[in-house]
Amino acid sequence: MRPGHGEVLIAEGDVEVRAEEELLIAEFSRQLDSGMWAAVPTTDARSGRREAQMARSFDEVPRDAERVIFFPRASGGQ
Amino acid sequence: MVPALAATGIVIVALLGELLLPRIEETVTRFRARRRCLPAEDGLELDPGRDRRAEARARLLLKSCVNDEEWEMYRDLGFIRVWSMATGRPSVKATDDAPYAYLIYPHKPILAFAPQTGRLLSEHCVEFPDDTRPYGSDRLPDSDDVLAKWMALTGDEQRLLDEANMHLPGRQIDPRQVKRDLWRLRQWERARARVGAPLRDGRAVPS
Repeated sequence: MRPGHGEVLIAEGDVEVRAEEELLIAEFSRQLDSGMWAAVPTTDARSGRREAQMARSFDEVPRDAERVIFFPRASGGQ
Repeated sequence: MVPALAATGIVIVALLGELLLPRIEETVTRFRARRRCLPAEDGLELDPGRDRRAEARARLLLKSCVNDEEWEMYRDLGFIRVWSMATGRPSVKATDDAPYAYLIYPHKPILAFAPQTGRLLSEHCVEFPDDTRPYGSDRLPDSDDVLAKWMALTGDEQRLLDEANMHLPGRQIDPRQVKRDLWRLRQWERARARVGAPLRDGRAVPS
Protein backbone atom coordinates (compact mmCIF):
# COMPACT_ATOMS: atom_id res chain seq x y z
CA MET A 1 0.00 0.00 0.00
CA ARG A 2 1.43 3.37 -1.00
CA PRO A 3 0.19 6.88 -0.30
CA GLY A 4 -1.36 8.44 -3.34
CA HIS A 5 -1.43 5.17 -5.19
CA GLY A 6 -3.03 2.36 -3.21
CA GLU A 7 -2.06 -1.16 -4.07
CA VAL A 8 1.20 -1.67 -5.96
CA LEU A 9 2.42 -5.07 -7.12
CA ILE A 10 5.99 -5.45 -5.89
CA ALA A 11 6.85 -9.01 -6.84
CA GLU A 12 5.18 -12.26 -7.67
CA GLY A 13 6.35 -15.79 -7.93
CA ASP A 14 5.91 -19.42 -6.98
CA VAL A 15 7.58 -20.46 -3.72
CA GLU A 16 7.99 -23.97 -5.13
CA VAL A 17 10.36 -22.61 -7.77
CA ARG A 18 13.70 -21.98 -6.10
CA ALA A 19 14.70 -18.89 -8.11
CA GLU A 20 11.32 -17.27 -7.63
CA GLU A 21 11.31 -18.05 -3.93
CA GLU A 22 14.69 -16.34 -3.54
CA LEU A 23 13.33 -13.32 -5.33
CA LEU A 24 10.35 -13.23 -3.01
CA ILE A 25 12.54 -13.61 0.08
CA ALA A 26 14.81 -10.80 -1.09
CA GLU A 27 11.87 -8.50 -1.75
CA PHE A 28 10.26 -9.43 1.57
CA SER A 29 13.46 -8.53 3.43
CA ARG A 30 13.85 -5.31 1.48
CA GLN A 31 10.34 -4.20 2.42
CA LEU A 32 10.79 -4.99 6.10
CA ASP A 33 14.19 -3.27 6.11
CA SER A 34 12.56 -0.15 4.69
CA GLY A 35 10.24 -0.05 7.69
CA MET A 36 7.15 -1.75 6.34
CA TRP A 37 4.98 -4.29 8.14
CA ALA A 38 3.86 -7.45 6.38
CA ALA A 39 0.48 -9.10 6.75
CA VAL A 40 -1.05 -12.14 5.14
CA PRO A 41 -4.83 -12.17 4.70
CA THR A 42 -6.06 -15.54 5.95
CA THR A 43 -9.31 -17.38 6.48
CA ASP A 44 -9.94 -19.34 9.66
CA ALA A 45 -10.49 -22.96 8.64
CA ARG A 46 -13.13 -23.61 11.32
CA SER A 47 -15.23 -20.48 11.21
CA GLY A 48 -14.51 -19.26 7.71
CA ARG A 49 -13.73 -15.90 9.23
CA ARG A 50 -11.21 -13.67 7.52
CA GLU A 51 -8.41 -12.10 9.47
CA ALA A 52 -4.77 -11.18 9.02
CA GLN A 53 -1.57 -12.80 10.14
CA MET A 54 1.39 -10.53 10.71
CA ALA A 55 4.70 -11.88 9.41
CA ARG A 56 8.01 -10.72 10.84
CA SER A 57 10.05 -13.02 8.62
CA PHE A 58 9.50 -14.89 5.40
CA ASP A 59 9.34 -18.16 7.36
CA GLU A 60 6.16 -16.92 9.03
CA VAL A 61 4.38 -16.56 5.72
CA PRO A 62 2.22 -19.65 5.09
CA ARG A 63 3.48 -21.58 2.08
CA ASP A 64 0.05 -21.45 0.50
CA ALA A 65 -0.43 -17.72 1.02
CA GLU A 66 -1.79 -16.04 -2.07
CA ARG A 67 -0.36 -12.65 -1.22
CA VAL A 68 1.52 -10.65 1.35
CA ILE A 69 0.49 -7.06 1.90
CA PHE A 70 3.10 -4.54 3.01
CA PHE A 71 2.05 -1.33 4.67
CA PRO A 72 3.89 1.43 6.54
CA ARG A 73 4.58 0.48 10.12
CA ALA A 74 2.30 1.93 12.75
CA SER A 75 3.40 4.83 14.84
CA GLY A 76 1.64 6.75 17.56
CA GLY A 77 -0.50 9.50 16.14
CA GLN A 78 -1.49 12.88 17.56
CA MET B 1 -31.82 71.04 -13.96
CA VAL B 2 -29.18 69.33 -16.07
CA PRO B 3 -26.27 70.28 -13.83
CA ALA B 4 -28.23 69.02 -10.80
CA LEU B 5 -28.93 65.66 -12.48
CA ALA B 6 -25.32 65.41 -13.61
CA ALA B 7 -24.09 66.11 -10.08
CA THR B 8 -26.47 63.49 -8.67
CA GLY B 9 -25.28 60.98 -11.26
CA ILE B 10 -21.65 61.63 -10.40
CA VAL B 11 -22.36 61.15 -6.70
CA ILE B 12 -24.19 57.88 -7.39
CA VAL B 13 -21.36 56.58 -9.56
CA ALA B 14 -18.80 57.57 -6.90
CA LEU B 15 -20.75 55.80 -4.16
CA LEU B 16 -21.26 52.69 -6.26
CA GLY B 17 -17.56 52.72 -7.10
CA GLU B 18 -16.70 52.80 -3.40
CA LEU B 19 -18.94 49.81 -2.82
CA LEU B 20 -18.16 47.74 -5.88
CA LEU B 21 -14.48 48.41 -6.50
CA PRO B 22 -13.17 46.21 -3.64
CA ARG B 23 -15.43 43.37 -4.75
CA ILE B 24 -14.32 43.69 -8.35
CA GLU B 25 -10.66 43.68 -7.29
CA GLU B 26 -11.24 40.59 -5.11
CA THR B 27 -12.99 38.76 -7.94
CA VAL B 28 -10.17 39.57 -10.36
CA THR B 29 -7.56 38.43 -7.83
CA ARG B 30 -9.39 35.15 -7.27
CA PHE B 31 -9.75 34.61 -11.00
CA ARG B 32 -6.02 35.16 -11.52
CA ALA B 33 -5.15 32.89 -8.60
CA ARG B 34 -7.25 30.08 -10.03
CA ARG B 35 -5.59 30.39 -13.41
CA ARG B 36 -2.07 30.53 -12.02
CA CYS B 37 0.00 27.41 -12.81
CA LEU B 38 1.57 26.07 -9.65
CA PRO B 39 4.83 24.14 -9.99
CA ALA B 40 4.43 20.46 -9.15
CA GLU B 41 5.97 19.46 -5.81
CA ASP B 42 9.13 17.41 -5.93
CA GLY B 43 8.95 17.25 -9.69
CA LEU B 44 5.68 15.29 -9.60
CA GLU B 45 3.03 16.04 -12.15
CA LEU B 46 -0.16 17.27 -10.56
CA ASP B 47 -2.85 14.72 -11.25
CA PRO B 48 -6.21 15.58 -9.72
CA GLY B 49 -7.59 12.11 -10.35
CA ARG B 50 -4.72 10.29 -8.68
CA ASP B 51 -6.14 10.26 -5.18
CA ARG B 52 -9.53 9.15 -6.43
CA ARG B 53 -8.01 6.28 -8.40
CA ALA B 54 -5.88 5.35 -5.40
CA GLU B 55 -8.97 5.25 -3.21
CA ALA B 56 -10.83 3.12 -5.77
CA ARG B 57 -7.95 0.61 -5.77
CA ALA B 58 -7.80 0.70 -1.98
CA ARG B 59 -11.50 -0.08 -1.69
CA LEU B 60 -11.10 -3.13 -3.91
CA LEU B 61 -8.20 -4.35 -1.81
CA LEU B 62 -10.12 -3.78 1.41
CA LYS B 63 -13.13 -5.66 0.08
CA SER B 64 -10.94 -8.61 -0.89
CA CYS B 65 -9.43 -8.88 2.60
CA VAL B 66 -12.12 -8.23 5.19
CA ASN B 67 -15.26 -10.22 5.92
CA ASP B 68 -18.37 -9.53 3.87
CA GLU B 69 -20.14 -8.11 6.92
CA GLU B 70 -17.25 -5.77 7.61
CA TRP B 71 -17.05 -4.61 4.01
CA GLU B 72 -20.77 -3.86 3.91
CA MET B 73 -20.46 -2.08 7.26
CA TYR B 74 -17.73 0.15 5.86
CA ARG B 75 -19.59 0.73 2.62
CA ASP B 76 -22.84 1.63 4.37
CA LEU B 77 -21.68 3.26 7.60
CA GLY B 78 -18.13 4.45 6.94
CA PHE B 79 -16.43 2.46 9.68
CA ILE B 80 -15.65 -1.12 10.67
CA ARG B 81 -16.19 -2.77 14.04
CA VAL B 82 -13.54 -5.27 15.05
CA TRP B 83 -13.94 -7.50 18.08
CA SER B 84 -11.04 -7.62 20.48
CA MET B 85 -9.22 -10.92 20.53
CA ALA B 86 -7.34 -10.07 23.72
CA THR B 87 -9.17 -12.86 25.54
CA GLY B 88 -9.16 -15.29 22.65
CA ARG B 89 -11.34 -15.54 19.60
CA PRO B 90 -14.88 -14.38 20.25
CA SER B 91 -17.69 -16.76 19.44
CA VAL B 92 -20.36 -16.09 16.85
CA LYS B 93 -22.41 -14.04 19.30
CA ALA B 94 -19.40 -11.97 20.11
CA THR B 95 -21.23 -9.32 22.11
CA ASP B 96 -21.80 -11.91 24.82
CA ASP B 97 -18.17 -12.64 25.46
CA ALA B 98 -15.92 -10.02 23.88
CA PRO B 99 -14.86 -7.61 26.63
CA TYR B 100 -14.46 -4.82 24.15
CA ALA B 101 -14.49 -3.98 20.50
CA TYR B 102 -13.03 -1.30 18.29
CA LEU B 103 -14.39 1.09 15.73
CA ILE B 104 -12.04 1.77 12.84
CA TYR B 105 -12.50 5.06 11.04
CA PRO B 106 -10.28 6.25 8.19
CA HIS B 107 -7.55 8.58 9.41
CA LYS B 108 -9.01 8.84 12.89
CA PRO B 109 -8.04 7.12 16.12
CA ILE B 110 -9.19 3.56 16.76
CA LEU B 111 -11.96 3.77 19.31
CA ALA B 112 -12.34 1.07 21.96
CA PHE B 113 -15.76 0.51 23.51
CA ALA B 114 -17.63 -2.02 25.63
CA PRO B 115 -20.11 -3.75 23.34
CA GLN B 116 -22.43 -4.77 26.18
CA THR B 117 -23.00 -1.24 27.43
CA GLY B 118 -21.78 0.93 24.56
CA ARG B 119 -19.45 2.72 26.97
CA LEU B 120 -16.50 4.38 25.26
CA LEU B 121 -13.20 3.26 26.72
CA SER B 122 -10.30 4.90 24.91
CA GLU B 123 -8.94 6.36 21.72
CA HIS B 124 -5.85 4.74 20.24
CA CYS B 125 -4.12 7.24 17.98
CA VAL B 126 -2.12 5.50 15.31
CA GLU B 127 -0.80 6.46 11.89
CA PHE B 128 0.84 4.62 9.04
CA PRO B 129 3.09 7.27 7.54
CA ASP B 130 5.27 6.42 4.56
CA ASP B 131 8.30 8.65 5.05
CA THR B 132 9.50 8.04 1.52
CA ARG B 133 6.44 10.02 0.31
CA PRO B 134 6.51 8.15 -2.98
CA TYR B 135 3.70 10.17 -4.53
CA GLY B 136 4.27 13.42 -2.69
CA SER B 137 2.19 12.49 0.35
CA ASP B 138 2.82 10.28 3.35
CA ARG B 139 -0.88 9.54 3.82
CA LEU B 140 -2.48 6.29 2.72
CA PRO B 141 -5.83 6.40 0.91
CA ASP B 142 -8.76 6.19 3.34
CA SER B 143 -9.57 2.55 2.66
CA ASP B 144 -5.91 1.54 2.90
CA ASP B 145 -5.71 3.23 6.28
CA VAL B 146 -8.74 1.23 7.41
CA LEU B 147 -7.25 -1.97 6.03
CA ALA B 148 -3.90 -1.33 7.72
CA LYS B 149 -5.67 -0.90 11.06
CA TRP B 150 -7.83 -3.95 10.44
CA MET B 151 -4.83 -6.14 9.58
CA ALA B 152 -2.80 -4.88 12.49
CA LEU B 153 -5.71 -5.39 14.91
CA THR B 154 -6.70 -8.84 13.74
CA GLY B 155 -3.09 -9.91 13.20
CA ASP B 156 -1.39 -8.58 16.30
CA GLU B 157 -3.71 -6.49 18.43
CA GLN B 158 -1.26 -5.98 21.28
CA ARG B 159 1.55 -4.85 19.01
CA LEU B 160 -0.67 -2.21 17.44
CA LEU B 161 -1.92 -0.97 20.79
CA ASP B 162 1.66 -0.77 22.04
CA GLU B 163 2.57 1.47 19.12
CA ALA B 164 -0.49 3.70 19.48
CA ASN B 165 -0.90 6.68 21.78
CA MET B 166 -3.82 6.05 24.08
CA HIS B 167 -6.12 8.87 25.15
CA LEU B 168 -9.43 9.21 26.89
CA PRO B 169 -12.44 9.09 24.59
CA GLY B 170 -13.54 12.43 23.22
CA ARG B 171 -10.10 13.81 22.42
CA GLN B 172 -10.49 13.61 18.65
CA ILE B 173 -13.75 11.84 17.96
CA ASP B 174 -16.88 13.44 19.34
CA PRO B 175 -18.49 10.95 21.75
CA ARG B 176 -21.92 12.03 20.53
CA GLN B 177 -20.93 11.03 17.03
CA VAL B 178 -19.73 7.64 18.28
CA LYS B 179 -22.98 7.09 20.17
CA ARG B 180 -24.84 7.88 16.99
CA ASP B 181 -22.61 5.53 15.03
CA LEU B 182 -23.21 2.71 17.52
CA TRP B 183 -26.94 3.31 17.24
CA ARG B 184 -26.67 3.30 13.44
CA LEU B 185 -24.68 0.07 13.68
CA ARG B 186 -27.41 -1.60 15.77
CA GLN B 187 -30.07 -0.48 13.32
CA TRP B 188 -27.95 -1.68 10.42
CA GLU B 189 -27.45 -5.08 12.05
CA ARG B 190 -31.15 -5.45 12.73
CA ALA B 191 -32.01 -4.59 9.14
CA ARG B 192 -29.37 -7.00 7.95
CA ALA B 193 -30.66 -9.76 10.24
CA ARG B 194 -34.18 -9.29 8.89
CA VAL B 195 -33.06 -10.15 5.39
CA GLY B 196 -31.12 -13.19 6.62
CA ALA B 197 -27.63 -11.90 5.92
CA PRO B 198 -24.87 -14.32 6.90
CA LEU B 199 -23.35 -14.04 10.34
CA ARG B 200 -19.68 -13.48 10.96
CA ASP B 201 -18.88 -17.13 10.41
CA GLY B 202 -20.88 -17.44 7.23
CA ARG B 203 -24.04 -18.92 8.82
CA ALA B 204 -27.38 -17.27 8.22
CA VAL B 205 -28.98 -15.28 10.99
CA PRO B 206 -31.98 -17.19 12.39
CA SER B 207 -35.14 -15.17 11.83
